[in-house]
Amino acid sequence: MSVPHALLALLSEGPKYGLQLREEFEARTGEVWPLNVGQVYTTLQRLERDGLVEADGSGDDSQHKGFRITQAGEHELAGWLRTPPDLASPPRDELVIKVLVALRVPGVDVPEVLQVHRKYLVQLMQQWTRIKEDAAEDDLGLALAVDAELFRLDSVIRWLDSAESRIRRHPVAQVQRTAQLPKLRRPAGVRR
Amino acid sequence: MTALELRQVSKTYGEGAAEVHALHEVSLTVEPGALVAIMGPSGSGKSTMLTIAGSLEDATSGEVIVAGQALSGMSRNERARLRRRSIGFVFQNFNLLAGLTAAENVALPLELDGITARVARKAAMQALDELGLGDRSARFPDELSGGERQRVAIARAVVGERRLLLADEPSGALDSANAEAVMRLVRVACQGGVAGVVVTHDAQLASWADRVVFLRDGRVSDQTAPLPGPESLLTQGHSQ
Repeated sequence: MSVPHALLALLSEGPKYGLQLREEFEARTGEVWPLNVGQVYTTLQRLERDGLVEADGSGDDSQHKGFRITQAGEHELAGWLRTPPDLASPPRDELVIKVLVALRVPGVDVPEVLQVHRKYLVQLMQQWTRIKEDAAEDDLGLALAVDAELFRLDSVIRWLDSAESRIRRHPVAQVQRTAQLPKLRRPAGVRR
Repeated sequence: MTALELRQVSKTYGEGAAEVHALHEVSLTVEPGALVAIMGPSGSGKSTMLTIAGSLEDATSGEVIVAGQALSGMSRNERARLRRRSIGFVFQNFNLLAGLTAAENVALPLELDGITARVARKAAMQALDELGLGDRSARFPDELSGGERQRVAIARAVVGERRLLLADEPSGALDSANAEAVMRLVRVACQGGVAGVVVTHDAQLASWADRVVFLRDGRVSDQTAPLPGPESLLTQGHSQ
C-alpha cells in the first residue's frame, strides 16, 4: 500500500486537516491493511516538500494544519493509478516449491500433501467470506479487498486441483513413485 | 433432531466387471441451520451423494435419515411426500417449468402436496418477496435473467416447511455477483433453520459453508475445522 498515494487520493476529494487525514486513512485501510499511522504525518511533510500538497489555511502543528492537493499532486496520482504493479516476474512461490519437492521425496503421499494445503486455503476463504457476509452492505472498499483475497486463494486451490490431476495422469511421475515406494503405494482414495 | 444423516452409505452401479463404486460407506450429519459444502473433483461421487440424500436414488447399503425419518422404512408414496414437504432442490440449470410463471413454479410443490391454490400462491408470493422478486412473480422463466431464475429456484426450494435444501452447483452458470447473491440467499435460508447441503467443485462457493467436506473416489477424505473468529485474519497484518 502506497501511503503517499493514499493520502493524495484522500486530498483529491478536497482540502483536509492532518488529523482528519489520519482518521480517514485508518478508517479506509485499517481493517484490511493495518499500517503505522505515524507514517501519515511524516509522509504529509514529504509530500509538501515535493510540491504535491500545500498548506490550506492556518494551523501550526501537523494535526491541525490543513492540506490541499496541488496540480502536480493530481498529476502524480493520475499517473500512479495507471501504472501497473510489477506482475511480470513470477514470484518465488513457496507452495509450488513444496509440491515439486514432495514429488522427489521418497515416502511422501503427494495427494495428501496437496489436500493439507487445499484444506488450509478453503478454511482461509471461509473466514474471508464470513467477513464479507458480516460487513455492512455499503462497505464497498472492504468487499473489493476481500474479493481480491478470495480470488487469489481460489486461484491457488485451482492450481492444486490441476496439479493433482496432472500428477495422476503423468506416466513418469507415476512410474517414479511406484518404483520408489512399492510398499507405500495405496489404492486411489483409501481413507486416511 | 438432525436434518440429514447419512450412515455408512454406499452406492454401486452395474455388476461384475462393470461394477462401479460411486460411494463407499459415506457418513455425514447436518444439523438444522447448518450449511455444509461437499467439494470434490468430477467423479468423486458428490452428485450421487446429493441424489441419495434427497431420496431421488436409493443407496445400495447404509441408512439415510431425513428430518428424523429413515428412508429405508418408507413406501414410494411416503418418500415422494417427504420430498415435496421437507426437501428443496436447486440445480445448476434451474429446472423451472417454462410454461409456468415464477409464482406458479414456486407454488407448484405445495399444490402437488394438496395445499389449495390460494394458500400455495400466497406462500409462493411471500417466498418471492423475501428473495427480492416480488415484482417478477408474473414473469415466465424466459423473461427472467439467469440470476433471477436461480432465485426463483431457491424460492421454490425453501417455500413451505422445508427442512433440507440440497443444491448441486447452484451458481454454475452465473457470474460472480449473481453467484454471491445465490449463496447469500442460501445462507439466509439456513439462518432461518433450514439445513443446507451444497455440492460444488468451486472453492468460492464452498467458502460460504460452515463446514466443507472433501469427497474423493466416493469417500469422505477430509473436512474443514470449525471456523475461528474473523479477527484472527484481521490481526495477521495483511500489509504485504
